[in-house]
Amino acid sequence: MTKQIHLAAQLPGIHNVTVWSDPRSRSQIAIGSFVHLARTAERGKFDFFFLAEGLRLREHKGSLYELDVAGRPDNLTMLSALSAATTRLGVAATVNATFNEPYEVARRLATLDHLSGGRTGWNVVTSFDAFTGENFRRGGFLAEADRYTRAAEFLATARELWDSWAEGDVLADAATGRFVRPGAGEFAHHGEHFDISGRFTTPRAPQGHPVIIQAGESDPGREFAASDAEVVFSKYNRLDEARAFYRDVKGRLARYGRSPADLRIMPTATVVVADTDEEATAYADEITRAQVSPQTAIAHLEAVWGRDLSAYDPDGPLPDIDPEPESLVLKGHSVFRTGRAETARRWRALAEERGLSIRELMIEVHGGQTFVGSPHTVADAIDHFVQSDGADGFVFATHLTPGGLDDFVDRVVPLLQEKGVHRPDYTGTTLRHHLGLAPRPRAERTSGNAREAS
Amino acid sequence: MTDSPLHLAVALDGAGWHPAAWRSEDARPGALFTPAYWADLVAEAERGLLDLVTFEDALGPQSAAPHRPDDRTDQVRGSLDAVLLASHLALRTTHIGLVPTVNVTHTEPFHVAVGIATLDHVSEGRAGLRPQIAARAADAAHFGRRTTPQLTDDDIRDPELIAARLRPLFAEATDVVEVARRLWDSWEDDAEIRDTATGRFLDRDKLHHIDFEGPYFSVRGPSITPRPPQGQPVVASLAHASTPYEFAARGCDVVFVTPRDRTGAKAILAQVDEAVDQVGRDVRDRPLRRFADLVVFLDDEPGAAARRKERLDALDGAEYTSDAAVFTGTPGELADLLLDWRTAGLDGFRLRPGALPHDLTALTRRLVPELQRRDAFRRTYGAGTLRARLGLPAPRNRYAQHG
Ligand SMILES: Cc1cc2nc3c(=O)[nH]c(=O)nc-3n(C[C@H](O)[C@H](O)[C@H](O)COP(=O)(O)O)c2cc1C
Repeated sequence: MTKQIHLAAQLPGIHNVTVWSDPRSRSQIAIGSFVHLARTAERGKFDFFFLAEGLRLREHKGSLYELDVAGRPDNLTMLSALSAATTRLGVAATVNATFNEPYEVARRLATLDHLSGGRTGWNVVTSFDAFTGENFRRGGFLAEADRYTRAAEFLATARELWDSWAEGDVLADAATGRFVRPGAGEFAHHGEHFDISGRFTTPRAPQGHPVIIQAGESDPGREFAASDAEVVFSKYNRLDEARAFYRDVKGRLARYGRSPADLRIMPTATVVVADTDEEATAYADEITRAQVSPQTAIAHLEAVWGRDLSAYDPDGPLPDIDPEPESLVLKGHSVFRTGRAETARRWRALAEERGLSIRELMIEVHGGQTFVGSPHTVADAIDHFVQSDGADGFVFATHLTPGGLDDFVDRVVPLLQEKGVHRPDYTGTTLRHHLGLAPRPRAERTSGNAREAS
Repeated sequence: MTDSPLHLAVALDGAGWHPAAWRSEDARPGALFTPAYWADLVAEAERGLLDLVTFEDALGPQSAAPHRPDDRTDQVRGSLDAVLLASHLALRTTHIGLVPTVNVTHTEPFHVAVGIATLDHVSEGRAGLRPQIAARAADAAHFGRRTTPQLTDDDIRDPELIAARLRPLFAEATDVVEVARRLWDSWEDDAEIRDTATGRFLDRDKLHHIDFEGPYFSVRGPSITPRPPQGQPVVASLAHASTPYEFAARGCDVVFVTPRDRTGAKAILAQVDEAVDQVGRDVRDRPLRRFADLVVFLDDEPGAAARRKERLDALDGAEYTSDAAVFTGTPGELADLLLDWRTAGLDGFRLRPGALPHDLTALTRRLVPELQRRDAFRRTYGAGTLRARLGLPAPRNRYAQHG
C-alpha cells in the first residue's frame, strides 16, 4: 500500500543549520519570519509547524556560545500567535517535563487547542541538566534515571487534567441558569512525582488531548515513545539507520497494545532543491561550508575533545593530543553528552584514512543535506525513503529563515501530490486528523463528585 | 485640569464582571472559550482607540468569594491562559496594548519573563504584564509544591488585613518582577552582530547573566529570548492596600486602584505617593501611572443601566458589589465622573464592563465620542509602542555600558 507522507516544518532557532550570513537571512525572532514560514507550510498542506526548545543559552569553554543563531521565543506563546495567522496547519511545541508543572502545561496546551481549533501537538522532552536548572526554582536536582519516570507521570497527570472536563460540561444555558455541570474539572492525582488535587480551569479542548510527540533515542526514551507517543522525531535521516530505528520503535508498540499505525516516525531533515541535480549539489556544498565555518569546525572539535583547541588551524590536521573525556566544554546541548572518547577515535581514523583537515572532517561528519537535487530527484528520494519504511514523513529544518521552505513547497510538494502521496488539500481541521490518528477517548474520572444526570 | 491625555483601559473577564452577565440577552456564553469571541471584543476595544485591554486569569476556577473555591454552577466557570489568549489576539489587532494577568506565586519567573517578551515580539511592542499573587490556598494544591495561607472570612473584610496575611507572597512577587526586568535587559539591543569576519552571530559582551539570588529562588540567565521591542514591557498591577501599593511602587509602571469617589481617589493617591517615597523611586525618571478601576453599566436612557443591573442581581440572587466602585448611568454621566475624578491626580481609568459586549460597546461607541467632543480623548492611535502611548520613557538597559 502506498503510504501518505507526513510533512512538518521547523524554524530551527538555534544550531548551525541556519546560515545567518546569507544576505537573504532575516530575523529569527521577528513575528514576520514565523508567519512567513508557517504560511508557507500551510500552503504546502503540511501537517504541522514545530518549535524546539532550549531553556538556557549554550555556553562553550565557560562563555556564551557566539557562533550560531540564538534567541528564540516562548514556544506556546509564539504558536498561539501563529494559530491566528493560519487556519489548518498544526502547531506543535517542545515543552520540557522537568522544568514545568503539569497543571500549568496542561492548561496552556488546552488553551492552545481551543484557540487553534484542535491543532496542537506537544513534544514531551526530558533533557535534563543542572546547567539549565539554574534558571528555575526547582533547580537541577532531578537524577538522570528519574527523567522518564517524571515525564511519564507528568503526561499521565496532564491527561487526567484534560479528562477532568467532559465534552458538554459547559452548558451555558441562560434559561435554566446552569453554566457548568457540577463537578466539572475536579481532579486528584496522588503519585510519586506529583500529588495534586482541585479543579482544572479549562474545558475540554477540541482534540481532547494534543498530539503527543517524543524525541529521544535512549532505551527508556524509545519505551516512552512506544507506550505514549503518537509522533516520534529522530535524528536518523540516512536510510539504513532510519530503517533500523523505525523497525525497533514500531516493534515495541505491541507490548503496549498498540499497532504500528498508532505512531508516526518523522526524522528531521534538510532539503536543497535547484533546477538540476548538479546545481543542487553545488548549492548544497556551499550551504554546508557556510554551516561549518572555520570557527564552528574548531568549536565542534573542542566539544568532543573537551579542551581548548583555538591554537589549531582549521585547515590543518587533527590535534595530536588526546581528548579529555571528563571535561564538558559545551553546555546546554544534548549532542556530545556521552561517548566522546569513542567519537574521537572514530573521527581520527576517518581523518587519517581520507587525509581530511579539521574543517573537512567536520563537514564530513556533521554537514551534509538530507535531500539534494532537482525537484523530481528530491520528490522521488523522499517517497522512496517513506515507502521503504525509513520514516512516515519528515520535519524539515530550513537553512534560511524565513524563505528556506519556499522552493520545497513550490516545486517539490506538487510532485508529491501528483504521485498521490501527499494531500492536495486538507481534509480535516485537526492535527490528529492530518496525521491520521484516532481521537483519544476520554477516560472516565476516577475522582470527584458523582455526576448529575443531564 | 491637566492637559495630559486621558488614558482608558478596559478589563475583559468572561461574559463581563457581573456574575449573571452571561445570561444577558446579547451575551454569547457558549462562545467564551472560542477565539472568535475574544477577537470580536478586542476589535471593539481597538475601534474605541483604547490604550490597552487586560485579561483576567487565575490558576484555579472563578469563585464568588475571593479566598476559597465554591461549587456554584450558575456562574461562569472555566478560563483560558491569558498570555496565550493575548498572543493569539496580537495578530488580529494592530494598535491596542495587550496585558494578560499572570500568576506569579506558582509559576517559574523565567517562564513569565520569556512569555511576556514573546508577547512583545509578536505584538511588535504592545505587551504588558499584570502580575498577580495567588490569594487562594486551594490554588496551591494544583501545584503541590508549597502551601499558601488560607485566608479566613475575617481576614478578607479589610484589604489591609488581607495584604498583611499575604505579605511574603508580595515580597516574592517583587522578586519575580525584578527577575523579569533583568531578563528583559539581559540582551542588549545590539547583541546580535552577524559578523562574518569573525564568524560570530552574537557578541557575548552584550549578553548578561542576571545572577539573581533571593530568599525564594535564584535565576542565572540570560534570557533565551532577545530583548523585546519595548525593552521593558509595561508592568501593571491592581492594588487595594499599603503592601500592594509598595509592590507597585517597587516594580510596576501602572497601578490600578479602587477609589469610591474623588476624595477617596485623592487619599489613595497620597498613599501611593507615600509608598513611592518609601521605596525611594524617582518618578521623574521612572513614572508610575495611576488608573482608577470602575465597574460600568451603561445605557443611553437615564435609569436603564441601573434597572439592567437590578435584573442581573435578581438572576444571581444577590446585589452585585465589587472591590471597585460600581457605576450605573449614561455615557454622558460617566464622562462627567471620569473628568471629575481625574482632577484628583489620576492618569486614567481601567473600566470593567458589567456585561459583554453591551457595556464595552457603550464605552467605545458612546463614551469615547463624548470624551472626544470634550477634547479629553485621542482621535487616532498614531504610531508607537504601548509604553510610548502611556508616556513612559524609553527604558535604559541596566547592563549596557554608557559613554
Ligand atoms: C530530533 C530530536 C529533537 C529534539 N529536540 C529537543 C528540543 O527541542 N528540546 C530539548 O530539550 N531536547 C530535545 N531533544 C532531546 C531529547 O528530547 C532527549 O531529551 C535527549 O535526546 C535525551 O534523551 P535520551 O536519553 O532518551 O536520548 C531532541 C532530540 C531529538 C533526537
